[in-house]
Amino acid sequence: MSTEQISDVLPQVATRPRRRRRMPAEVSILLVLVGIALAFEALGWLFVGQSFLFNKQRLVVMILQVSVVGIIAVGVTQVIITGGIDLSSGSVVGVTAMMAASLAQTSDFARAVYPSLTDLPVVFPIAMGLIAGLIAGLINGSLIAYTGIPPFIATLGMMVTARGFAKWYTRGQPVSMLSDSYAFIGTGANPVITFLAVALIFHVALRYTRYGKFTYAIGANVQAARVSGIDVGRHLIKVYAIAGLLSGLAGIVTSARAISGQAGMGVMYELDAIAAAVIGGTSLAGGVGRMTGTVVGTIILGVVTSGFTFLRIDAYYQEIVKGMIIVAAVIADQYRQRKRRRG
Amino acid sequence: MQRADTIDRAPEPVGYLLEVEHVRKEFPGVMALDDVSFRLRPGTVHALMGENGAGKSTLMKIIAGIFHPDRGSFRIKGQEVRLDSPLHALQHGVAMIHQELNLMPFMTVAENIWIRREPLTRLGFVNHRELNRRTAELFTRLKIAIDPETEVRDLSVANRQMVEIAKAVSYDSDVLIMDEPTSALTEREVHHLFEIIRGLKAAGRGIVYITHKMNELFEIADEVSVFRDGQYIGTRAAAAVTRDEIIRMMVGREISQMFPKEDVPIGDVMLSVRDLCLDGWFRNVSFDLHAGEILGVAGLVGSGRSNVAETIFGVSPATSGNIRIRGEDVRIGSPHAAMAHGLAFLTEDRKETGCFLILDVLANMQMAVLTRGFVRAGMVQSGPLTRQCEEMQRALRVKTPDLHEMVLNLSGGNQQKVLIARWLLTKPSILILDEPTRGIDVGAKAEIHRLITQLAGQGVAVLMISSEMPEVLGMSDRVMVMHEGRVTGFLDRKDADQVKVMELASQ
Repeated sequence: MSTEQISDVLPQVATRPRRRRRMPAEVSILLVLVGIALAFEALGWLFVGQSFLFNKQRLVVMILQVSVVGIIAVGVTQVIITGGIDLSSGSVVGVTAMMAASLAQTSDFARAVYPSLTDLPVVFPIAMGLIAGLIAGLINGSLIAYTGIPPFIATLGMMVTARGFAKWYTRGQPVSMLSDSYAFIGTGANPVITFLAVALIFHVALRYTRYGKFTYAIGANVQAARVSGIDVGRHLIKVYAIAGLLSGLAGIVTSARAISGQAGMGVMYELDAIAAAVIGGTSLAGGVGRMTGTVVGTIILGVVTSGFTFLRIDAYYQEIVKGMIIVAAVIADQYRQRKRRRG
Repeated sequence: MQRADTIDRAPEPVGYLLEVEHVRKEFPGVMALDDVSFRLRPGTVHALMGENGAGKSTLMKIIAGIFHPDRGSFRIKGQEVRLDSPLHALQHGVAMIHQELNLMPFMTVAENIWIRREPLTRLGFVNHRELNRRTAELFTRLKIAIDPETEVRDLSVANRQMVEIAKAVSYDSDVLIMDEPTSALTEREVHHLFEIIRGLKAAGRGIVYITHKMNELFEIADEVSVFRDGQYIGTRAAAAVTRDEIIRMMVGREISQMFPKEDVPIGDVMLSVRDLCLDGWFRNVSFDLHAGEILGVAGLVGSGRSNVAETIFGVSPATSGNIRIRGEDVRIGSPHAAMAHGLAFLTEDRKETGCFLILDVLANMQMAVLTRGFVRAGMVQSGPLTRQCEEMQRALRVKTPDLHEMVLNLSGGNQQKVLIARWLLTKPSILILDEPTRGIDVGAKAEIHRLITQLAGQGVAVLMISSEMPEVLGMSDRVMVMHEGRVTGFLDRKDADQVKVMELASQ
């Protein structure tokens, strides 16, 4: 961390009131989003001869394609605020997609995973997916809280194990022929609504509940949190459980959109979700981050992907540029924080 | 890179080692230094004093090449220089000993001291034998008894400080900057340090010495410069100045009573500890703490004082022994359980275990009480809670633009007040304070002392650990002294004096 302690350097503040409203971090990220969108708009008129933004379908797809990553990012943002990381989300998406889908099959299908459990009401596959995700999260959290291994290792283990479990579940076979009511979850703007709804819920949770305050406290200084009477272990389990639950939800949405469950679903989603959180201003050092920032960060990822497709640029370039955006976001964040510390 | 020319250097010209003239340094929104001048003569110790935030640390960082002055001139041995980095400063013969320790815990003492200057073998590998030999030599010269091959993480805080000092000396610099070097040292080690400093003085070196401790000033310093609010107030010869005059210069006001403990009625036993043990740290600690009483805990660093406090508060639960609160046996397995019994614990290390530095004042104040109240259906009742925090801010006179300021941007004294507010919001009946005024300025110190007395007057039982003798003697109704994990005695207020405490603390 920084070796110089600014607090020792500055004269005491009360003598010189320097009250001015700070610009919330999200505003600058929002400006970046607007800038990127306008850049694509200009390039659109130049090279493609049409508008990038004034196309309703494209706007929906823009967010739709990142809503699953967004749902994961809502969970992972909270994990990162505690100073941790969750690498398992993508694999948990794979497992929960398989398990939820296996309870959503129709009886028309001769080779259902559970032939006696077809045509179930849609709550069963949903509950299955959520519970599976929750359990994965509880295991992550308990490992971190009670064995003291770093979150990176615990969730790396879960990442590999869960992916293996997803493949083992049907011996690699996809789970298809899902019911219409299940598929409905993934149709139209439903994934987008789901994403924004969970983002709103956890925005409120982070800002206005004790759960949120403790989440920031643990990330800011875990020892001080412990001395202040916070049961750090139990709280971390909660945070990772919520992240797992949201990964489960993401698995449901993914399989509903594809109308099938596949063991390879969600590969690399964990990294996209972490990227969305980081672009949105969440600090990997812990203690800093907001849900609104994560939503904007997610949409930035969507806009970039759409924009490149729109400009008919190769997918390879997309990844190259995405990587650079992530690094640029962190550099900008560091700079912003340094400025904030100077007051 | 290193200064190899020290041996055949010409005799010191008569003049100043360092001359800083009319220096100005501004940070966004704040004038940190305003037209400050400072001179250091060879063979002297020049103390810098002032409240936290007075500008002495900024000046020191300019001298050490960490900051650049916006205006003003800076000469080293008569030669105008512009330092770009601490490394550059080292090359000009200016070495700094940091207040926050800057050693690498997983490297050995020797590796830490000679980092960047390691002796190499012919093949370009680090020559560890030579490295350790040089370190041993340096330690012999400074009379430091530390094995050069120990990893730094295995050293006590005091020993780490000695290594830092040795490291700075190893550069053979003309100017050494020491920023509160004694804050982690025990009395005996302080004497040792002063011996080293006298040796350096005799060798013609100049030492810039930042301190909050008045008695050190009179013992070691030749000159003292005082700063206040970024302004240079004045320089005096240490031999010709009084304690009161310096305090007046520092605060710009008279402090009549520094340790205002009043007699208050002592009530019933609130906390009773019997044969408390924590394996490896302390054993058979027994004492009673009464309502309205301030029980001071004295002892050298490493005597187990802080561990006793941590154990009572459930941070590291006891291996055996008994704790009774208001006559009832209790088991305290976590800080949360301790708080349920009305305990509060201001920890020793503000930055490590106290503040949430990157969170705002409000969050810092409310975190402890949130575990016990102000929550309905999971939602924080921010209205009433914020009002109480505002009241605390006013009552404790926390200097901050508003409650949304990051705690990182407050001065040490104000950070400490925020932490005290955190605990007072939980309305404790037993308050454990571990070094409540370490590293904070004189004005804030007096305010905190007054506050502690007030709390005792309201019937709060106070257990106060302190390394500062005047604080322990001035504030406590009784003093408990510890040595190497055991209680070696109790002294009543009327019998306690420095000599008796030291006898018990160093048996």
